[in-house]
Amino acid sequence: MAPPPDHRRPIKRAAISDQQRRREVALRLQADRRSDAQNRARQLASSVLSLGPEPATEPEVEPEQEMSEASGQLAGRSDLDPVRAARLRGPEVRKWFARQLLLPEWMVDVPPSLDRDWYVFPRPSGKRCFVVSSNGTTISRLRNGSILHRFPSNLPNGARTKDVSGPASSYSILDCIFHEPDETYYVIDMVCWRGYSLYDCTAEFRFFWLNSKLSETGASDPPSQYHRYRFNVVQIYECNLAGLQASYSGQVPYVKDGLLFFNKHAHYQAGNTPLALVWKDNVCSQYVLDTDSKGQIPSQQQVVLELQNDGNLTTSDDPPVALGSLSRDLIAQSGLRVGNLVRVAIKDERMRLVDGKLDLGELQLVGKTNHSRAFADTYSKVLFQHAARHAPLRIEDLVASIQSNSSMDNSQALDVEMEG
Amino acid sequence: MALEVTQILLNAQSIDAATRNHAEESLKQIQEQNLPAFLLSLSAELANNNKPIESRKLAGLILKNALDAKELHRKNDLAQRWLSLDLATKTQIKTSLLQTFSSPVSDARSTAAQVIAKVAGIELPHNQWPELIGSLLSNIHQVETHVKQATLETLGYVCEEVDPQVVDQEQVNRILTAVVQGMNATETSSDVRLAATRALYNALGFAQANFTNDMERDYIMRVVCEATQSSDVKIRQAAFECLVAISSTYYEKLAPYMQDIFNITSKAVREDEEPVALQAIEFWSSICDEEIDILDDYRSEYTGDSDVPCFYFIKQALPALVPMLLETLLKQEEDQDQDEGAWNIAMAGGTCLGLVARTVGDEIVPLVMPFIEENISKPDWRGREAATYAFGSILDGPSPGKLAPIVNVALNFMLAALSRDPNNHVKDTTAWTLGRIFEFLHGAAVETSVITQENCQQILTVLLQSMKDVPNVAEKACGALYFLAQGYEDEGSVSPLTPFFQDIFQMLLFVTHREDATESNLRTSAYEALNEVVRCSNDETAPIVMQLIPVIMLELHQTVEAQKLTSDERDKQNDLQGLLCGCLQVIIQKMGSIEGSKYAFMQYADQIMDLLLKVFASRNATVHEEAMLAIGALAYTAGPNFAKYMPQFYQYLEMGLQNFEEYQICAITVGVVGDLCRALEDKILPYCDGIMTQLLKNLSSNQLHRSVKPPIFSCFGDIALAIGENFEKYLVYAMPMLQSAAELSAHAVSQDDEMLEYTNQLRNGILEAYSGILQGFKSSPKTQALVPYAAHVLQFIDTMYGGREMDDAVMKSALGVLGDLADTLGSHVGPLISQSSSSKDLIEECMVYDDPLIRESAEWAKLAINRAVSG
Repeated sequence: MAPPPDHRRPIKRAAISDQQRRREVALRLQADRRSDAQNRARQLASSVLSLGPEPATEPEVEPEQEMSEASGQLAGRSDLDPVRAARLRGPEVRKWFARQLLLPEWMVDVPPSLDRDWYVFPRPSGKRCFVVSSNGTTISRLRNGSILHRFPSNLPNGARTKDVSGPASSYSILDCIFHEPDETYYVIDMVCWRGYSLYDCTAEFRFFWLNSKLSETGASDPPSQYHRYRFNVVQIYECNLAGLQASYSGQVPYVKDGLLFFNKHAHYQAGNTPLALVWKDNVCSQYVLDTDSKGQIPSQQQVVLELQNDGNLTTSDDPPVALGSLSRDLIAQSGLRVGNLVRVAIKDERMRLVDGKLDLGELQLVGKTNHSRAFADTYSKVLFQHAARHAPLRIEDLVASIQSNSSMDNSQALDVEMEG
Repeated sequence: MALEVTQILLNAQSIDAATRNHAEESLKQIQEQNLPAFLLSLSAELANNNKPIESRKLAGLILKNALDAKELHRKNDLAQRWLSLDLATKTQIKTSLLQTFSSPVSDARSTAAQVIAKVAGIELPHNQWPELIGSLLSNIHQVETHVKQATLETLGYVCEEVDPQVVDQEQVNRILTAVVQGMNATETSSDVRLAATRALYNALGFAQANFTNDMERDYIMRVVCEATQSSDVKIRQAAFECLVAISSTYYEKLAPYMQDIFNITSKAVREDEEPVALQAIEFWSSICDEEIDILDDYRSEYTGDSDVPCFYFIKQALPALVPMLLETLLKQEEDQDQDEGAWNIAMAGGTCLGLVARTVGDEIVPLVMPFIEENISKPDWRGREAATYAFGSILDGPSPGKLAPIVNVALNFMLAALSRDPNNHVKDTTAWTLGRIFEFLHGAAVETSVITQENCQQILTVLLQSMKDVPNVAEKACGALYFLAQGYEDEGSVSPLTPFFQDIFQMLLFVTHREDATESNLRTSAYEALNEVVRCSNDETAPIVMQLIPVIMLELHQTVEAQKLTSDERDKQNDLQGLLCGCLQVIIQKMGSIEGSKYAFMQYADQIMDLLLKVFASRNATVHEEAMLAIGALAYTAGPNFAKYMPQFYQYLEMGLQNFEEYQICAITVGVVGDLCRALEDKILPYCDGIMTQLLKNLSSNQLHRSVKPPIFSCFGDIALAIGENFEKYLVYAMPMLQSAAELSAHAVSQDDEMLEYTNQLRNGILEAYSGILQGFKSSPKTQALVPYAAHVLQFIDTMYGGREMDDAVMKSALGVLGDLADTLGSHVGPLISQSSSSKDLIEECMVYDDPLIRESAEWAKLAINRAVSG
């Protein structure tokens, strides 16, 4: 029997050998990893560039400049070598991601020009997370860096479907809230898209990009076999009266947990930022007052702070702010170690300024927090919680601020806050 | 000064090895001592009718090999050597060759014809030997048929060797006239007619102008069609070969002839001898190839157009073509499944049916179903096999929506046939058809898979059982499992295969150990299926894959230890080592990518590395390549920890980089250097002097296969990104190489698609090198060292942009480099970039590009440049 002509492959014979496939896969992986390494260097380059020193956010308060050596938290980001950071693996990845989220401060006063420079939207209740899609999978990570879900999705390179264009390794990062009741990821920001960083872009541009890009991918389609969870964008409003009204009392398909305000001109800034603010009251949130570890609202305000080696208890701000201290005896007695997050109750609920610093007075140790918690409370949160118990910032105040149309100046605004 | 070579040439064909070796040695010596005399003697020997035919034939063969070689580099050397011989010698050799035409010995004439073609292939492009074609054509009117026959044969060979542009249209016309006249039914000698028909086959590429002339084309087509009716089977076969060649070269000219060709081919398929029938089927396969390409072009996103319009010949012929092909399926041969190289009417018919299905899609289904229904349960195995084969053949093409209902009904029947049909042939085709079902109707890309959680278990049970069947059936069952698993590669954590992993691995390992595993490619197929199942493992099944590692290592260990093998055993050993290394590579890649299993996997790293290093002792290219790929995967997974293996591994790395002959190994090794860079980062520094030296040497060698050059440039980028400013000392060597390659590739005029593709690969490699170097130097105090090169980099991109032949990958890399340039050098290059107008235009143009990746690369570059220009 004569063999078939050279160019004619008998239909029963395999098109390519597995060896050829292995070779092609290896070459493709190498190419992808190269462009991955180069893109990550680029991405991180642009994110590192956006990391200028943080502006002093509370001018009235001189934050303690002294930073504990033991607390590595939030420290190293700006000294990350971009190329090296791109290679982080395992637990380092967790730590790295934990530092990437933009963390809104709590609104303790109304920023000027709210109606001109800000967006507002109702914040979905749920788990805040980073969603990363690359290499055919989608992974969501909670604020503490741990993985929430690993699943296929319609995000770019979010599932191993055969029609992806471009390198499978280029990744996309979304800032989301996972809303349990309808198992939906509500996308509140876009950080990277197909390997390109949006860190350097204004919120205005990011939201525009988010709205136009997400719909291209089919990520908002109902769940299916290769798209386990739906991704929805949140309706974002100009922060004028109508926008504020719609956000505050309008119907949304999810359970609301307060309102989020984004400054239009702000870049995506990892860590705490005053250019994004959260505010809530009993109408737009079920969780205005913090609960304790048993889920009850304690009679006294409780605060979670980080223990430093000098016994000081600090917030998670960068730099951290010390709000009180524990005695060495108490530390030894309760088996606490430096870096532990501790829950303390404020005994005397009158806040005082001592030498320009906020002093919570005598603190009562309630206990260690559960270990999934990654960060202490921020300074603004302590203030907001305190205000919520005593003299809350009301929706009327926000409305009034918009109506008065930018007549407020900074000092006035801050005075309001400091009266509490 | 001709030497007496007859005896040596005869001795060189002696059955006695010593005599033979001695003769070969003498020939080599003469050649080295006096090449012109040697070649002259050979041509004289070939021309001399008093010499024995054996020595004449070998003389011709050696002469031919002195003029041409497969390998491009050597081919060029030989051509150069011939051109530099003195004119008198060349003329005398050519005269001898032409004289040989009058020899009564046909083997001598035929050998001379081939040698002449080789000389023509070298000389005609240099405008030498202009009288050749004229003198050949003057022979055509010779009365002696054997001279005529040799002349036509030579014209055919010359056309095969020479590029059509080298011969002017006037000569082409004369060649074609002579050839077509020789083919004509009025030619009484069938030797002449056969030689003419074969010559036409080679001359078709020259007939571009003649095929646009209706009268000339009609004439050629008529003569070819008439020749298919010759009483001589060889002429009929050669005529059909011409039709096949015409179908691909002049597809768009065929419309007026299709009805006649259909009648001719279908008669040949049904009634003629096999070699003729095979060509007749091949004609239709070839038409399918053309239409599939055209329709692909129509569907392509970017052009949506094709140079050649589709005439839908297949669609029109469908109602008659499909029954004709189905008939062929019943002409199986008893043992065709055992013979890997087998090719017969049934196989060609099924292959053509598969191509028809891809050409017309859904329309073929109703034409094939009645045949399947009629034959699938026939008592004669031929009916059952043909029905199954028909079904398997049409699974690629029609829409899953059209096929799924039929497959859902057929699946149980197939599974039953695979377990219970008494005929091996039927089982073989059934297992193959199941594999095709899994390949085309199952997996992430298919809307509704025909495989469900429920039937998956049943399918697996049958497949695993069939792996104990005769080797060819077991091999097909492994192939089917491969595609079944492939469909689950994207599945994430819920794969129905999960509960069966253990059973699957056990059975596949059992198969690899079967005594008859080397028959029918069975062992290879089993390892390929094993690899695919590993590829679709997940968090849950990773521990089971992990248990596989010691097993595979033990097997590999045994092959490394084995000693004193016969050469046959050695071959098998090499095959096995290659398969085991391949399997390890897949396992390493997979375990490295599953976060939970990576650390557990790393406990085996030392042992695996130890074994792979031992494997390098083998001299086999495939084994080296597989081991190198496995090491690349291990390096990527191990990350910086791989540093501890470097001292031992380095020598093999260098060996791989030096392997010019087996350039695949060299290319893979260059890729592994990239893996190492990403794994080791600055820990690769101590090895960089050696690696860079070798890479630079490779680039300056003209012996290295060109396909390795682009990856070498990319590798420069990998190294620079890993070692950062330490790359400074290589700049003085690497940059000029990059610059001159950039210069060449920017101005390259690409004659064909292949060349264009290569040029773009080269450009991409160069750009990746620039990106890596720029990024590596970022934030370094030595950034200044790069400033002098910036202008050239920009110029390179400007020139490419001006030339308008960048493909998407190059465009994207170019945008990346623009961004990196701005990002790393900042205000140093701000003014330069502002001046580079085409770069600005390029970015603007790409901002509105269809491809989102390019659009976003452009946005990035713009961002970085704005920063540099404003900063």
